[in-house]
Order: sequence, then structure tokens, then C-alpha cells
Amino acid sequence: MTKSIGLRPREGHPNPTVVHVEGGLLNAMGLPNPGVEHFLGELRRLKDWGIPVVASFFGETLEEFVEVASRLSEAGVDALELNCSCPNVEGVGVLGGDPGAVKRVTEAVKGCVDRPLFVKLSPNVSDIAEVGRAAERGGADGLTAVNTLRAMAIDVEARRPILSNVIGGLSGPALKPVALRCVWELYEEVEIPIIGCGGISTWRDAVEYLLAGASALQIGTAIMIRGLRVFREINMGLRRYMEEWGFKEVSEIVGLAHETRIQQGR
Amino acid sequence: MSDWRMKPESNRAVRVLRVVEEAEGVSTLYFRDPLCREAQPGQFVMVWVPGLEEVPMSLSTIDEESSITVKAVGPTSGALTSMRGGALIGLRGPFGRGFTIMGERPLLVAGGIGVAPLKPLLERMLTRGLKPTMILGAGTRDRLIFLRRFRELLGDRLHIATDDGSLGYRGLASEYAENLLEEHDFDIVYACGPEGMMAAVYRAAERFGLPIQVSLERYMKCAVGLCGSCAIGPYRVCRDGPVFDGDMLRRVLDEFGHRRLDPSGRPIQLENG
Repeated sequence: MTKSIGLRPREGHPNPTVVHVEGGLLNAMGLPNPGVEHFLGELRRLKDWGIPVVASFFGETLEEFVEVASRLSEAGVDALELNCSCPNVEGVGVLGGDPGAVKRVTEAVKGCVDRPLFVKLSPNVSDIAEVGRAAERGGADGLTAVNTLRAMAIDVEARRPILSNVIGGLSGPALKPVALRCVWELYEEVEIPIIGCGGISTWRDAVEYLLAGASALQIGTAIMIRGLRVFREINMGLRRYMEEWGFKEVSEIVGLAHETRIQQGR
Repeated sequence: MSDWRMKPESNRAVRVLRVVEEAEGVSTLYFRDPLCREAQPGQFVMVWVPGLEEVPMSLSTIDEESSITVKAVGPTSGALTSMRGGALIGLRGPFGRGFTIMGERPLLVAGGIGVAPLKPLLERMLTRGLKPTMILGAGTRDRLIFLRRFRELLGDRLHIATDDGSLGYRGLASEYAENLLEEHDFDIVYACGPEGMMAAVYRAAERFGLPIQVSLERYMKCAVGLCGSCAIGPYRVCRDGPVFDGDMLRRVLDEFGHRRLDPSGRPIQLENG
């Protein structure tokens, strides 16, 4: 899973771009990336090593989304994730709150790529299911839920916002209950698979997301505290959980909490 | 509430106690910080100047009063060097993997502002009863940083190299290091300075079959291992470094001394690369 790639190189916002807050992390990186041309070289090396690559990408216009996605697809990425929800770059985040625009850009990209296309949704909307349905109607093969929540921090001694961009996105444990609710609502409304993310740090978090309806997971912020071993630790915990409760496939627990809720209601 | 504010990742404001000018455009800023007091030599902090940027800086003193030693190269470092006591700076850290004290006859090679992380290493070695030798290098005698302090600590185990020969050996610290390695029986080498210098010292250490640790510098954003801005080969300088040993350097020889990533993640050639 790459950081988001755009058409041209971008330096991103000046530092400070990261603030540690209670229960999570704020970031306003500003989509720094070397541009799609340079990335294709890095992609070739990853492919040589046999590593599956999901490329996150963004554009500032519909045409840019299509061009970047086409080039990534032609170069052989295994899947694409359309980032229409970066909360701290003007223009890019706005798109994710407009169901009509999400449908249009999904449709346009889907028409030019022959790889699975996931759409990463923003939690900064009043009805995420509506945006999810729009992406599904646009032809998305899956949804990633969710990107970061708009947030900020102020240094009380310096008496000013810490992030150079003032506003950033909140990730980590504080985001988890919100993101989990988003996955839950999407699972009730869409047919396509959901990739859950937001504050997953332990195997219990992972199981919660699966029970809410996610069939795959992404982990980011937890690397800060737990290091790269967090992936192995969560896989091991998940395996133990499955064995303990007699599940053979992860798919058996995807969305399971929705069924047991109905049973409770009877 | 929990103690999340007392973690290294947390932003905190500290007051600069005093500023000591070491050379033109190079100043040491002293401050009190309980987390920095517990740091390992070679670890770094992210230093924020409110209104300007946040930049990575090695700790140059690790004690009740810790310090950073800053060379003015841009607006933020320039603002730091011209600060006075009482000014407010933001800190995150200490971060990264510092130096590991090994061996009994260490050689420390410092070039320019690269002396900053080697100073607390040297001080800790002396506390432990080791007898380190140091080469302190700079362009000219006025740019030798911590000269008086090191003379007091090391006596004749301090060697000077200046490019213009205004004091000590005339030439590069790395050349002088090769001479010393030839003549003396060191069992480990530590280096920090311009990357071309560190690469030369690395090659010399390899030739003499000695272990080496160097402290690398890269453009950094998050400093906590997430964003990849400071990547070199399979490593993140902020997390796996900034101190690299010979085994790690061997895996990044195509980049070490040659190129680094710019803020967008594209490689750029290093000067003297």
C-alpha cells in the first residue's frame, strides 16, 4: 500500500506536519510524493521482488485522476486506491464529500483501468453510506473506510496552531470507534467489499473491524508505537482468536456482528 | 488522565536557558527536558520554532541541562542560532537509535557541525573510563566547535584537522583518520560530518577490518517511522537510524555518500557525492 501518488512531484506542507495528541496522531503531510513518473521506477523494483502493490493515487482534476490511474494500471500495480478524501489538501478533500463527484471520478477512472479499484472514503461527511453507494454505482470494486478526521492542535505556550497547515487529519485509537461505525453503516448499504482502517493497533481492533463488515484491513499509525512487527502480531492474535472460537476462514466472521444483532432483536 | 504527554512523541514547549555562540552562525541552545536527560548519545529531537518550521537536531548535551548545537543554513536554523535565553521552542523526541558504546580504544571523527552527536558520546565514554581519541575537523580554525571543551577532556588525544591548515593537520578529517588508523591500534570508529567524509571514514574502517558507527542526516517529516521521507534503502533514518553500523551501511552503499531524497521523495545528488 503506497502513500498517495499524484501526477507531478509535490513536496507537501512544511513541518510541523505531525502532532501527537491524546489517543492518536494528527498529520497534515500535504500529499508529498515524487510524482507518478518517478514512482513507476520504484514500482518496477517492487515488482521484481514479487511484492504485491496497491497504489493510492489522487488528482487535482478528474483528468489527472484518470491519467495517474491509467499509468499505474499499465505499469502493473495489483490494485488501485482512489484517494478522494485527503482532509488537508484543498480541493482533494472536498471531492470526497460530494457523492455525485465521487461517482463521476470513480466511473471515469474505472473506464480506463483494468485493475481492481478501491475508493477511500472520508469520515468527514454526514452520511458516509450515501458516498459509498455513489462509489459503488460508479463501478468501484471495493471501499476503504476511512481516511482521517479533520482535527487540530494548539500549543498553549506558543499560543498558535502547531501544524503549519493549521488543520490536519486525526488517526490512531481515537479514530477507531468513528471508523468502525462507518464500516458498519457501509456494510448495511453496499454489496462490494470494505477495507477497514482507522486506529487498528491490536488483534482485538482487527476482529472488531471484521465483525463490523470489513474483509481486509489497513494499519498505519500503530507502526509509530509498535513498529513494523505490528502486522505479524495482529495476524498471530487473529489466528489464535479464530482457533479458539472454531472459525476456519476469516470470511466467516466478516460482518458477523450484523447477524448476531438481528438475533438479539428477536 | 494517562501520561501521554510524557511520551517522546508528544510536542512540548521548553524555554531556552541560554545560547552559546560556538562559531559564526553556530550556536548551542541549552534547555531542561526530562526526556532528553534520559536520551542515548546520537538520538535526535524535532525542534519547532513557532511560526517557522520543525527540524531534526542531534542532542549535543545529554544531562540535567541538555542542548542542541545548530548551524544556520535556512530560516528555521537561522532563527535558532539567533535566539536568546528565554525564547520558547517546541520539542518532540528523543527519537531513533543512538550510538552503541563498544570496544576499548575508540576513534571518533567529527567534521564541522557533525561534532554535535559525538560530544555526548565522548562524554559518556569518559564517564565509563574509556580513553577515546578524537579527530576534530573543520574548514578553518575558527570553525572548530567545542575545541576548548575537548582539549580539557582529551588533552593530547585530541587531534585537529583543518582544510586550510590554520590549526593542526592540513586536510580532511577523513584523510587524517586514515593516517591515525595506520599508526594506532583502534578497535572501533565513530564518525559524523558531511556524508562524503563519513563514506571515506567508512571505507577506511572497512579496510582495517574495524566496526564503525556513523550518524546520518536526511530530510524528515514525521520522525516516528510512518511517512518514509527519510528512507535510505530498506531503512528509515528516523527509526532504524540515525546511527548506522557497518552492516547497515553495506546494504545502502548505492545511496550512502551519493544521494538522498528531497521532500517529494525524489533522489538528489549529495554535494561531493
